[in-house]
Amino acid sequence: MSMKVLVRQVDLVTVVDVSGRITLGEGCIQLRELIRGQLSQGNKSVLLNLGDVTYIDSSGIGELVSSYTAVSNQGGQLKLLNLTKKVQDLLQITKLYTIFDVHDDEAKAITSFKASA
Amino acid sequence: MGLALTPVDMTREASCVEMTLESNLKYVEVAEEVARRVCSTAGFGEEEQQKIEMAVHESLINAIWHGNKNDPQKQVWLKFQILSDRLEIRVRDQGNGFDPEDVPDPVAAPNLLKVSGRGIFLIRAYVDEFQVKNVAGSGTEVTLIKRFNRNMKSDEGGTDREHEGFSTAS
Repeated sequence: MSMKVLVRQVDLVTVVDVSGRITLGEGCIQLRELIRGQLSQGNKSVLLNLGDVTYIDSSGIGELVSSYTAVSNQGGQLKLLNLTKKVQDLLQITKLYTIFDVHDDEAKAITSFKASA
Repeated sequence: MGLALTPVDMTREASCVEMTLESNLKYVEVAEEVARRVCSTAGFGEEEQQKIEMAVHESLINAIWHGNKNDPQKQVWLKFQILSDRLEIRVRDQGNGFDPEDVPDPVAAPNLLKVSGRGIFLIRAYVDEFQVKNVAGSGTEVTLIKRFNRNMKSDEGGTDREHEGFSTAS
């Protein structure tokens, strides 16, 4: 199963609902292009909802890091929402859990962008 | 034909599956599916299964992408073997080999935000032992070992019959 994304705008935040597999190849390319596209449109507050991500590999983790860096370099913020236990474990093992701002409540996550804007 | 499977009756005494795959990323999911079934037969619980499956995924990516460089002329050989005390998985490519010591530590502060370099680290985190053998002229073979533990549920996944001979391993 490949990766699917749904992009929503909530206030000033671009919420990206990701489902499926973020793995080497198609999934990673899709995510990269999506983030680039959002940045080129001036959308620099990005909330990645990973609640329906079934699988993420080392390349997928790399793509999350790359997205985070790309958004940060433009003066924006990329945050994560609804991590499954599997993804949470992966971020903990790779010591990235403290790098990302991780949320489990969408409304609170949206507010956190306003607070730090 | 991109996929050659050596069929083995895993419900009886046999405990080995071998596959030869074309260097194409689409076969990674095939290998994952086989890994799931082997893990289930061996009696691993859901969480352990997922870890082994991810270790197999990363090993296959390394073999196809980094080892064989996606060359359709090159193949990846994969073998799962259930032994008395462990599951042993071997993955061999036809690439130029690598030294795992050359891969920088991805959790060291300066490397934390690097885009790549986490594959081997994750394999090591998910299995008990990881060995790399470079065979001059014929590629690289990695061995992944996951030991059975006493707490393994023999009734998880598959039928009782499938676990005969494996469930009491320690």
